[in-house]
Amino acid sequence: MTHVHDGLDDDSSTGKGEFVQDDIDIDVDGELGFEPAVSVTGAEPSGRPAGRSRTAPAASKPGSRRVLRRRLGAGAVLIGALVSMGGTYAAFASSSAPDTSNSAGDIAAGRQLYQTSCITCHGANLQGVKDRAPSLLGVGGASVYFQVSTGRMPAAGQGADQKRKTAKFDEQQVKQLAAYIQSIGGGPQLPVGDLRAGDIAKGGDLFRLNCASCHGTTFQGAPLSAGKVAPGLNRATDEQFYAAMLSGPESMPIFSDHQLTPLQKREIINYVQTLKASKDPGGNGIDRIGPVSEALVFFIAGVGAVMAAILWIGAKAE
Amino acid sequence: MSTTTRRSNGPRTPQGKAAKFFDDRLNLAGPMRKQLNKVFPDHWTFMMGEIALYSFIVLLLTGTYLTFFFDPSSAETVYHGRYLPMQGIPMSRAYASTLNISFDVRGGLIIRQIHHWAALMFVGAMLIHMFRVFFTGAFRKPRELNWLIGLTLIVLGIIEGFAGYTLPDDLLSGTGLRIADAIMLSIPVIGTWVSFLVFGGTFPGDVIIERFYIAHVLLIPAILAALIGAHLALIVRQKHTEFPAPGRSEHTVSGERVFPTYAAKAGGFFFIVAAVLAALGGLAQINPVWLFGPYNPAQVSSGSQPDWYMMFLDGSTRLFPSWEVRLWGHTLAPLFWPTVVLPTILLTLAIGYPFLEAKMTRDTLPHNMLQRPRDVPVRTALGVMALTFYLVLFLSGGNDIIAKAFDISLNAMTWGGRILLLILPPLFYIVTYRICLGLQRHDREVLEHGVETGIVKVLPTGEFIEVHQPLGPVDAHGHGRLAYAGTQVPKRMNQLGAGTPLRHVRGFFYPVKEKPEIQAALDELEALEVDQHDVQHQLTD
Repeated sequence: MTHVHDGLDDDSSTGKGEFVQDDIDIDVDGELGFEPAVSVTGAEPSGRPAGRSRTAPAASKPGSRRVLRRRLGAGAVLIGALVSMGGTYAAFASSSAPDTSNSAGDIAAGRQLYQTSCITCHGANLQGVKDRAPSLLGVGGASVYFQVSTGRMPAAGQGADQKRKTAKFDEQQVKQLAAYIQSIGGGPQLPVGDLRAGDIAKGGDLFRLNCASCHGTTFQGAPLSAGKVAPGLNRATDEQFYAAMLSGPESMPIFSDHQLTPLQKREIINYVQTLKASKDPGGNGIDRIGPVSEALVFFIAGVGAVMAAILWIGAKAE
Repeated sequence: MSTTTRRSNGPRTPQGKAAKFFDDRLNLAGPMRKQLNKVFPDHWTFMMGEIALYSFIVLLLTGTYLTFFFDPSSAETVYHGRYLPMQGIPMSRAYASTLNISFDVRGGLIIRQIHHWAALMFVGAMLIHMFRVFFTGAFRKPRELNWLIGLTLIVLGIIEGFAGYTLPDDLLSGTGLRIADAIMLSIPVIGTWVSFLVFGGTFPGDVIIERFYIAHVLLIPAILAALIGAHLALIVRQKHTEFPAPGRSEHTVSGERVFPTYAAKAGGFFFIVAAVLAALGGLAQINPVWLFGPYNPAQVSSGSQPDWYMMFLDGSTRLFPSWEVRLWGHTLAPLFWPTVVLPTILLTLAIGYPFLEAKMTRDTLPHNMLQRPRDVPVRTALGVMALTFYLVLFLSGGNDIIAKAFDISLNAMTWGGRILLLILPPLFYIVTYRICLGLQRHDREVLEHGVETGIVKVLPTGEFIEVHQPLGPVDAHGHGRLAYAGTQVPKRMNQLGAGTPLRHVRGFFYPVKEKPEIQAALDELEALEVDQHDVQHQLTD
């Protein structure tokens, strides 16, 4: 009621009424053309349409039919908005469902790579070889992406766990390998598109709840038992994050889409990547390790400096 | 005549007039003169306690600034401040105000960081000072009371630090608080009640931040200040100890007067300590609570360590086997041994040591002279043994970070720590004991045979001998007659003021140059000496 047409409620029969009438005509014409456009872009309804709809009952000369039409229109807009929102969400939500873009060519190329680099340990039919490597049936493209793009596979040797190293295959070869493994056994796959979305703060809370107990609140990682390690997250890319959550490599649990929804996964990635890129406002971050690295700096730089000072003052005394 | 008397009657400078104003009313001149003329011995190791004192002053100043902006409240709020990654997250007002101090208050972050670094320095300097006092025997009669005050200061300093880093109520410190609660709970019989008493109910409750705050800003600092005052008053009363040297005795003190030399040095040193702390606060980030998140009992981070002065207890917890004792239907938690029993034993040993040593050595005399560590091998070796024990525990407190950094299995770190904790201290006892004896023997050798001059002679028989410079009168065999006195023995010719090109080099960072005319005279003298030396050589040859 506080809009441009506020005064009209008191006196609708003045010349200003025509202006309102005009306005309503435009509104009627634009009913289907203009308002849905607003909802599709997701922008806030601007002041003008809102003012118009409010003035409408005050200048309701054209009759209740127009009101009904308006209401139907509003309903249509609402439905349209819901459909478009749902569609957007579905587009995100379904993106972790199997991706059908694996072409036959990719699969063939992946098979070629598998047979030269993986078959010795994982077997001719992905069934795994005893005392060498586990079966790859059902691990999915996400697992392949994580293991190969971080350089963990092909493995350098048997050990407590596989450490990150320089990747042996480029991005395209990784995708081909993933396509091949996926075509045989199925399993979770990496979604396409932007893997960062949503509220950074919520992502942070989810990270502290689900991830920090091993990777640490500052993403530095930590040793697990018997030489196994929860790696630091400083070098992980968006895709590797997502793939790790989907596939649960090594000691890491699997975070399926029922445990962390795709949006929550994107929020976590958003939080971690944003904080990794953030500067340290307090000076040198000392690798953000915490009290241990602070103690190191304290004893070497702090105590070292004051000890040098007392030696200096003491030396002058002699 | 009369005019001069009138002039000398009163001071003429403004400072002098002000001093007279107070002296006329308070009669200060006599006692002040006595205090300002007090003599304080000068040795670089005597300045370690000063570091703690100056850190304490820095702590008071920075801490007061922080209280203007800190909200010590457990009440929950939703953050809507400048730091985006915490937007809309529920947290305590204590944590929210810490974020505000870090991001919104002018100078807030650097003051917070200086405060935290100064806390590390406060406890660190106290501990280093304690070891100096221990290794030099400064705790002996009549100074046992000051030793006890010092120990109390260390314990209170550690508690104060713990309370302080708990205040922001972040995930890291909250985890530490949880462990502190577990330690309280592990005490037999009274544990549960102790925990309820501290937290006002079950952990975490809603009063702990408020309670820790008042303990941190009022209660403990007041006690610390009072004890520091007592500590210093005792030094003034009992006088400072000093190392034995020619001309020093048990009944005198030598050194600089408090005013002006010592005051100038101490004042300058305060600014050096403050500068080091400010540099650390500005250059190195400490306790970035915004990265840790607010405390939430459901969350925990790997690599959760306390500040360094608590880390030895973390280490003892990590190393101690998880022995669960069941007695008369009650369970003794494994945590009880490494976190309650062990520190109690360590503290008891530290409290009792001066009395124990006096009893064992049957020494009832007062001592104002220090002892060099080498001259009391058993004490020195015991101290090194304790230090080694402490260091193994300390390093084990960060054994996960070390394991990660050096790619060692955490299990190996734990077992390595357990084995080293038992083997290293006795080994270091033996090694230190032998080093002390070796140093003593070398002193005796120099007293007997003199300082090695570096001049090697060929005797007519073909034998090579090194010429030794005796330190004093010698007997018929050329052996020195100076008795071993536990003082520093010169080992190099330049310590005798002779013999090496380094003899005119003075200054710590660069040689102090004499004025040109003095230098010229010195050069001339030196040239003359060399000439005479050559002449003598020719004569003897």
